Amino acid sequence: MSEFEPKIVAFVCNWCTYAGADLTGTSRIKYAPNVRIVRFPCTGRIDFMLLLKAFSQGADGIIVSGCHPNDCHYTSGNFHARRRWMAFRNLAEFMGIEVERIQFSWVSAAEGAKWADLVNSTVNRVRELGPYDAYRQMAASSWQ
Amino acid sequence: MEALQKSAREALENHKAKVIIGYSEGSGGRMRPIFVQSPAEAEKLTWNDRCTQNLAVYIAKPEVQKLGKPALVAPLPVLRAVLQLASENQIKEGDLLVLALSDGRVTELSQFSEMEEFVAKTPTHLASKDQEAIERLEKMTPQERWQYWQSELTRCFKCYACRAACPMCYCSRCTVECNQPQWIPVPAHPLGNWEWHLMRAMHLAGRCVSCGACGDACPLDIPIHLLTMKVEADIHREFGSQAGMKVQSEHALSSFKVQDKENFII
Repeated sequence: MSEFEPKIVAFVCNWCTYAGADLTGTSRIKYAPNVRIVRFPCTGRIDFMLLLKAFSQGADGIIVSGCHPNDCHYTSGNFHARRRWMAFRNLAEFMGIEVERIQFSWVSAAEGAKWADLVNSTVNRVRELGPYDAYRQMAASSWQ
Repeated sequence: MEALQKSAREALENHKAKVIIGYSEGSGGRMRPIFVQSPAEAEKLTWNDRCTQNLAVYIAKPEVQKLGKPALVAPLPVLRAVLQLASENQIKEGDLLVLALSDGRVTELSQFSEMEEFVAKTPTHLASKDQEAIERLEKMTPQERWQYWQSELTRCFKCYACRAACPMCYCSRCTVECNQPQWIPVPAHPLGNWEWHLMRAMHLAGRCVSCGACGDACPLDIPIHLLTMKVEADIHREFGSQAGMKVQSEHALSSFKVQDKENFII
């Protein structure tokens, strides 16, 4: 199990978390290389179907992050996203999806250190949980 | 029953409605929808516990609209579906008449405000068997829930009877048929079924009137209505809004409050 390196997909908004992750790099802060960042205009654009696609394509964990409340570039995209996350998270839990593999967060463009912490803590947690074989097997068995 | 037939007959005779959409005895112990267009046919209308279809599903159909102004035989879930359709601008005041049923009485309602008052007076809790099923699932471990839904949803062969039975699934183009991009795999395999049912529940979030018509329509008796009911119950608990109660209402997922719960976000 010690050889397992989790694959994390991060769905982030362009204005805050993507810029925050950029700051992490320009600040020369080291963090786990397991994350693949996908940039979106706003958290309001991050459809729950994208999270399902990530799991079925082999992600072991997911980070969804954007501007803090009241800081949205489009004023209210993150407020709408927050309600959807709540509904989706509860439904996913009810259907038996391992929701502890999905981390929702707010990371601003000034929080380079927070981004590094977020990625590191998520990677560590998912490393302990192990690969998300249940979901991957369902997806793989479907196409046989 | 006689009160219902009398109300229906009067509505047709007084030209308040051109067609009564109600329930009649079908085959195999099932009820079937009936479209009554003449007062003499009103005697075919009936009402009992087996009337599980949500008749509000017919209002928006062009072939039904051609028949003229409808009067809908409406137990509570049908009435709530009418109000939800109105709040989503799918029907206008005066488009239809409602023959609301409760405790064996029939009340004729034509204004949305009357319907709102009627719904507000009636308790909207889930049927006890559905409530118990949801609680039983909530008590399971995540692995057990995963196994449960895997074995249930894998049986689905994607007939889309659930979608056809749902008054809120009125989109002329459904995401499940969208192929650029292909959101949902077309085959009825485990992944395709899983994503379809999860998406269906999410697209009904804050809109489901918890009538259970989707689960009743399922030819394989997959309890898919529990998914939409669970989402609706969560939204009611967290955001305080309930589908199908008011015409002028903020929709749960297209509105927000600054102080909405976010204890799962770091």
